[in-house]
Amino acid sequence: MPAIQSPGTEEVHPDVALVARAKGGDTAAFEQLVRQYERQIFRVAQHITQNREDAEDITQDAFLKAYEKLEQFQGNSKFSTWLVRIAVNESLMRLRKRKTSKTVSMDEDVQTEEGSIPRDFAEWRPNPEQIYDQNELGDILRKTIQGLPPGFRTVFTLRDIENLSTEETAEALGLSVPAVKSRLLRARLQLRERLSRYFGHRKEGQPA
Amino acid sequence: MNCTDFLSQLTDYFDGQISPELLAEVRTHLGECDHCKVVLNTTRQTIEVYRGNEIYEVSEELRERLHSAIMTKCMAARKRA
Repeated sequence: MPAIQSPGTEEVHPDVALVARAKGGDTAAFEQLVRQYERQIFRVAQHITQNREDAEDITQDAFLKAYEKLEQFQGNSKFSTWLVRIAVNESLMRLRKRKTSKTVSMDEDVQTEEGSIPRDFAEWRPNPEQIYDQNELGDILRKTIQGLPPGFRTVFTLRDIENLSTEETAEALGLSVPAVKSRLLRARLQLRERLSRYFGHRKEGQPA
Repeated sequence: MNCTDFLSQLTDYFDGQISPELLAEVRTHLGECDHCKVVLNTTRQTIEVYRGNEIYEVSEELRERLHSAIMTKCMAARKRA
């Protein structure tokens, strides 16, 4: 016997109604979506490009593109994931323009083994927050994430900083779930390795 | 389970998407390998330190500026359409 699910029991994301209204020409509904996601889109763009002016431009362009292409949004993914995807593409394009001699894509640098094999085995005690003040810690975290290849940085940003699920991250980046998992592991390990230089507690006499 | 096997399970371990059998193997390995225990702890701390410290703050002033720029662009596009 087929299982019949009564309609209306599934939880519908509140964005669905806003998107429907925006598609119908309701500017206030679109503006509400902008308010909900402008910070997130800016942060994503800034993390990928590492440049504030670029991130501002990208945020504006991403929302404009979303507005112009709203009719094409089918609702197969969450609106926020679709928006992040647009912002990621714009950000990678911007990076490509900046570094004309280098290609920048989600596939770049995935061959590198750097940091994939852990070498630093010092515990972080006391916690980073206890060793450094807010400003110093911010500088270290920014400098460290800047050193990651863009492909790894992007996966780490979406998955660990913006808290997208692995599936949403895959959708936003046009990657398979296993590809996201593998990049995420390497991004986390590379960051861990680099941060250990600052945060690792070494016993006396042990080389840094 | 050796250290390489352990690393390959790390992402699923953090996501809580690991089978009970593998989880038992991971725990046994962690009990025997101090290096992997440190890698586990410090990788978790890596994620937490980035989650807990917004390194690119979006001030209210910046957000307002962005917001009006976005809406101005979209409304101009609407008029053109």
